[in-house]
Amino acid sequence: MNATDKLAGATKQKTAVFRALNVTKVYRMGEVQVHALRGVNVELYEHEFVVLLGASGSGKSTLLNILGGLDVPTSGSVFYLDHDLTASEPSELTNFRRDHVGFVFQFYNLIPSLTARENVELITEIARNPMDPMEALAMVHLQDRANHFPAQLSGGEQQRVAIARAIAKRPDVLLCDEPTGALDVKTGIVVLEAISRINAELGTTTAVITHNAAIAAMADRVISLSDGQIHEVRENSERIAASRLEW
Amino acid sequence: MRKLDRKLLRDLSQLKGQSIAIAMVIAAGIAVFVMSMCAYVSMKGGQQRFYRDFAFADIFAEAKRCPEPLLERIGQISGVATAEGRLVFDVLLIVSGMQEPGTAKLISLPESGDQKLNRLHITRGRMPESDRTGEVAVSEMFAEAHGIVPGDEVSTVINGRLQQLRIVGIALSPEFVIQIQGGGGLPDKKRYGIFWMSQRQMEAAFDMSGAFNSVTLKLAYGANPQQVMTHLDQLMEPYGSVGAYDRDENVSHQFVNDELLQLRTMATIAPAIFLSVAAFLLNIVVSRIIAQQREQIAALKAFGYSNFEVGMHYLDLVLLIAIGGMLLGTFFGIWMAANLTEMYQEFYKFPVLSLMIDRMSVLLALLLTTLVALLGTWHAVRKSITLPPAEAMRPEPPPTYRPTLIERFFPTELLPAALRMVIRNVQRKPVKSAASVLGISMAVAVLIVGSFSLDALQYLIDFQFRMAQRQDLSLGFVEPATSSVIYELSHLPGVLESETTRGVAARIRFQQRSKRVGIAGLIPNPQLFRLLDDQENVVQVPERGIMLNSALADILGAEVGDLVSVEVLEDERPKLDLEVTALVNEFGGLNAYMNKQELHEALQESQVATGAFLRVDQNLLDTVYQELKIRPGIANVTIKMTAIKSFMETIAENMLTMRSFNIFFAVVIAIGVVYNCARISLSEQSRDLATMRVMGFNNMEVSTILLGEIGLFTLVALPLGCLLGYLLAWAMVLGLATENYRIPLVVNNTTFAFACTIVLAATFVSGVIVQRRIRKLDLVSALKTRD
Ligand SMILES: Nc1ncnc2c1ncn2[C@@H]1O[C@H](COP(=O)(O)OP(=O)(O)OP(=O)(O)O)[C@@H](O)[C@H]1O
Ligand SMILES: [Mg+2]
Repeated sequence: MNATDKLAGATKQKTAVFRALNVTKVYRMGEVQVHALRGVNVELYEHEFVVLLGASGSGKSTLLNILGGLDVPTSGSVFYLDHDLTASEPSELTNFRRDHVGFVFQFYNLIPSLTARENVELITEIARNPMDPMEALAMVHLQDRANHFPAQLSGGEQQRVAIARAIAKRPDVLLCDEPTGALDVKTGIVVLEAISRINAELGTTTAVITHNAAIAAMADRVISLSDGQIHEVRENSERIAASRLEW
Repeated sequence: MRKLDRKLLRDLSQLKGQSIAIAMVIAAGIAVFVMSMCAYVSMKGGQQRFYRDFAFADIFAEAKRCPEPLLERIGQISGVATAEGRLVFDVLLIVSGMQEPGTAKLISLPESGDQKLNRLHITRGRMPESDRTGEVAVSEMFAEAHGIVPGDEVSTVINGRLQQLRIVGIALSPEFVIQIQGGGGLPDKKRYGIFWMSQRQMEAAFDMSGAFNSVTLKLAYGANPQQVMTHLDQLMEPYGSVGAYDRDENVSHQFVNDELLQLRTMATIAPAIFLSVAAFLLNIVVSRIIAQQREQIAALKAFGYSNFEVGMHYLDLVLLIAIGGMLLGTFFGIWMAANLTEMYQEFYKFPVLSLMIDRMSVLLALLLTTLVALLGTWHAVRKSITLPPAEAMRPEPPPTYRPTLIERFFPTELLPAALRMVIRNVQRKPVKSAASVLGISMAVAVLIVGSFSLDALQYLIDFQFRMAQRQDLSLGFVEPATSSVIYELSHLPGVLESETTRGVAARIRFQQRSKRVGIAGLIPNPQLFRLLDDQENVVQVPERGIMLNSALADILGAEVGDLVSVEVLEDERPKLDLEVTALVNEFGGLNAYMNKQELHEALQESQVATGAFLRVDQNLLDTVYQELKIRPGIANVTIKMTAIKSFMETIAENMLTMRSFNIFFAVVIAIGVVYNCARISLSEQSRDLATMRVMGFNNMEVSTILLGEIGLFTLVALPLGCLLGYLLAWAMVLGLATENYRIPLVVNNTTFAFACTIVLAATFVSGVIVQRRIRKLDLVSALKTRD
C-alpha cells in the first residue's frame, strides 16, 4: 500500500479524532506547582501518524495520557470525536480505553506471569471486535514466540508483544510513549515498522512520543512540545519508511 | 479460563511459600475454633442427653436422719415432680495392692427396683441385688483405675468393722460424670470411688432402717427452684439438714460446666488472636504484591480493565488463600475435636460421648475467614482500585534517604557498610519495618498464650499444696471428733505434727443476700494448714468475728465492719451475728473463716474437730496408714502427694493435650509470620542485592544485609512479643474466670524463653531459606525488572 495515498486521503478529509482545547495540567507537590501543560491546542486526525517531539519534561507523556483517558487535565477540554473526555466519569473513561485506545509503554508493562500470547489474550478477552491473538502476534512477527514468558524475550521482542497487545483489539487510536526508548537502533526500527504497518493496514490513528528527531521523518505530522506548549507543528510532505531511518 | 485468572494462579504459585504460610495461620485459627465448637456441642449434647435419659436431679439435700414418711411430704412441695430419698455415707476403703486407705462414697439403691432419679447406667455386669450380702456397683472411673472387673472384691470399714464388698457391676451416674471428693479436693480416681448398694443392706450396715439421709428432687416444669429449696429446708431442718443446693453446687456438674466454659473461651479468644495475625499477614503480603505490580495494574487499567475488575482480581487472590486455609482448618478442627472427644471420654464419664459436627460453626468459620480476609486486605486492595492509571505508569518515586536519627547521635561511620545499609533500609520504611516487628512479636505472643496455662496450673498446685498447706495427710471425720480422739491420732507412731479444724455448714446473710457456705474454724498460727492470700502472704484468721474471702464478700455485698448474720445449719442451729473483721483475696471458691476457739464458743461446744492435718514421718507412712484403716470415725483420708500426682495424670493430661494443640498452632503461626517477613524483605531488596552482587560483593556480604535486617527485626520483636504475650495471657485469664475460681496470671521465665527460642529458630530457618534464594538470585532478570 502506498503511504502517500493515505496521507492525501487523511489531509483531504481532516476528520479530527482528538481535539484538545486549551489544555493545562498542573501538578502540585506541596508548595511547588509544576505546570506540565500550559494551554495546549492540538488535533489528531483520522488515520494519521503523528510523532510528538520535545525535550525531557516538556509534557509529552502528560499530553498523551490525557488524550488516552488515563489522566484528566486541570483545565481545558479534550474531545474524542464528539465525546467530551473531560466531562466523563472514570468508568466512562475506562470504557473509552477499553473500546478505542491501544497503549504502548516505554517499559512494555507486560504481565510477567503470562506468556506473550496470554498477554495479548488478556486484552482480546475484554475487547468488542478483537483479532485473533495469533494474528496480532504475526503482525509483529512473533508468532513463533507465542508461548514464551516476558522474561524469556529480549527487550525488542517484549516491546513487539506490547504492540501486538495494543493492536489486537483493533483500536481506533494507538498511543505509544517512547516505544523505542529502551531499544537499540536495529530493534527500534523493527518496532517502528510494526507500528507503521498497523497504521497503514488498519488505518489506526497513531501517536508516537520520541526523543529521537530522526523518527519524525516517518510521520505525517510532527508536533513539537516545549515547556508545556505546542512549539511547532510540521507536516511532512513525504513519509520515509521506518527501514530507511537512520540515527 | 480468563487470562486474568491464569495470572492469579501463576502469581499464587510464585507466592507459594508465603501463601501456604498464611493459609496455615488461618487454618490454625479456624481449627481451634471448629475444634472448640465441635467439642463444645459434643460435650454439651452428651451432658444433656445423660442428664435427661438418666434423670439427673435438680435439687439435693443432706440431713442426719429423716424418717421415711418425710419423703412423702417433700414430694408434695409444690414444684417438685419427683423426690427420692436415699442413704449416703463416706467410708474408708481398703483395696488390695494399695497401702494407703481410700474413700468410698456409698449410695443406696431403692428396694423397689428402678431408681427414679440419678439412674445408673451399667456398662458391665449387673445391678446389685438386695438379698445378696455385700453386692455393689462401682463407678467406672474407679474400676478403670484399679482394673476392677465384676466379681472382684474390695473392703470397707463400716462403723469400725471391716466389710467385704463384692463388685457385680460397673456403673455411670449423671451425678458423678467426674468424681471428686467434696471440700475442694482434687479428682483422684484411685483413692475415691462411688459405690452403689441396695437400700436394705445399707440400712442394716448403718443402722438406718426406715430412714434416709439424702434426698434428691426433680423439679416440675416452670417451678421456682429457690422456693422449693426454702420449703425443703423447712421440712428437713429438724432432721439436721445443712441446707438444700442445686446442680451448680454439684462438683461434677461444676466441673463439666467449667470445661464447657473453657471450650467457649477457647473458641473465641484463640481464634481471635490467630485470625488477627492472619489478617495482619495478609495485609503486609497483599500490600507488597500490589506495590510490586503497580505497573501491571497501570497496563490493565490503560487497556480498559475497570477498577472493579482489578480490585476483584486481588481480592480473589486473597480469598483463594483464605478459603484454602479455612477448609484445611475445618477438617483439622473436626479431626482434633474427634480426638478431644475421645479423650474426654476417659475423663468425663458419659454413657455416649459422640462427636457432633457443629454445622453452624463451620458456616461461621467460613464467614469469619472471609471477613478476616476482607478486613485484612481492604486497605491494600483499595489502593489498587484507586490508583490512577497515569500515576501507576510511573515507578514509585525513589525513596528519600536522609541521615537517620540514629546516625546523628551515633557515629555510624564506625559501623561496617553492610550494617549501615541495614539501618538505613529500616529507617526508610518505618511503617513496613514496624509491621514486620509487630508480626514477629505476635508470633512470640501467640506462643506464650498457647503455653502459659501449664505455668498457671503448676503455680496453683504449688501455691495450694506446697506453700499454703504443709501436711501430708488430711482426715475427715464422720462425726465431729472429740479431743481424746484427736489426742490419740496425734500420738500415733510416725505422726510428727498435727492440727485440727472445725468446719461447719452455715448460711450467711447480709441484707437481702445470702449464701450457703462452709465456715472453717482455724487455729491461730497454724504450721500445717496455712491460709495464703493471692499475693502469697500468710493470712492470720482474726481473733474475733468472721473473715470472708473477697469473692464471697462480693456476692454478699459485705465489707469489713459490716455485721452479717450466720445461721449455723448443724445441731442446735444457732443464729449468730458476726462482724466481718477481715477480707482475704483467694484464687478460688467462696470461703469464710473464723478463729476455731471462737467458733466453739459460738456453738457452745467442746474442742471438737471435723478434720485433722497430719505431718508424717515418711518412713513410717505405712504404719500410719494401717492405723487409720482400722480406726472408726474416719470418713476420708486425703494423701496430698498422691492426690497431686493423680490430679496431674488426669486434669493435667486433659489440659496438656489442649496445650499441645495450641503450641502446635503457635509454632505454625510463628514460622508463618517470620517466613513472610523475611520473604518480603527479600523481594523488596532483591534488586539492590543483585546490583551489589553485580558490583562484586559476594554472597555472604550481600546476605548479611538482608539477614541483618531480619535479625534486627527479631531482636526488637522478642521483648515486645513477651510483653504482648503477657497482656494476651491476662485477657485469657479474665475470660476464663468463673465464680468458682480464677486462674492466676503466671508466666514462667521458661515459657518466655520457650517462645523466644521457637521464634529464633523460625527466624533461623527462614534465614536459611532466604539465603538460599539469594544464592540463586538471577542477577540478570533482577536487574531487568524496573522496580
Ligand atoms: N505526578 C507528577 N507529579 C509532579 N510532577 C509531575 C508529575 N508527572 C509529571 N510531572 C512533571 O510534569 C512535567 C512534564 O512531565 P512529562 O512526563 O509529561 O514529561 P515528558 O515530556 O514525557 O518527559 P520525558 O521525555 O522525560 O518522559 C515534568 O516537569 C514532570 O516533572
Ligand atoms: Mg515521558
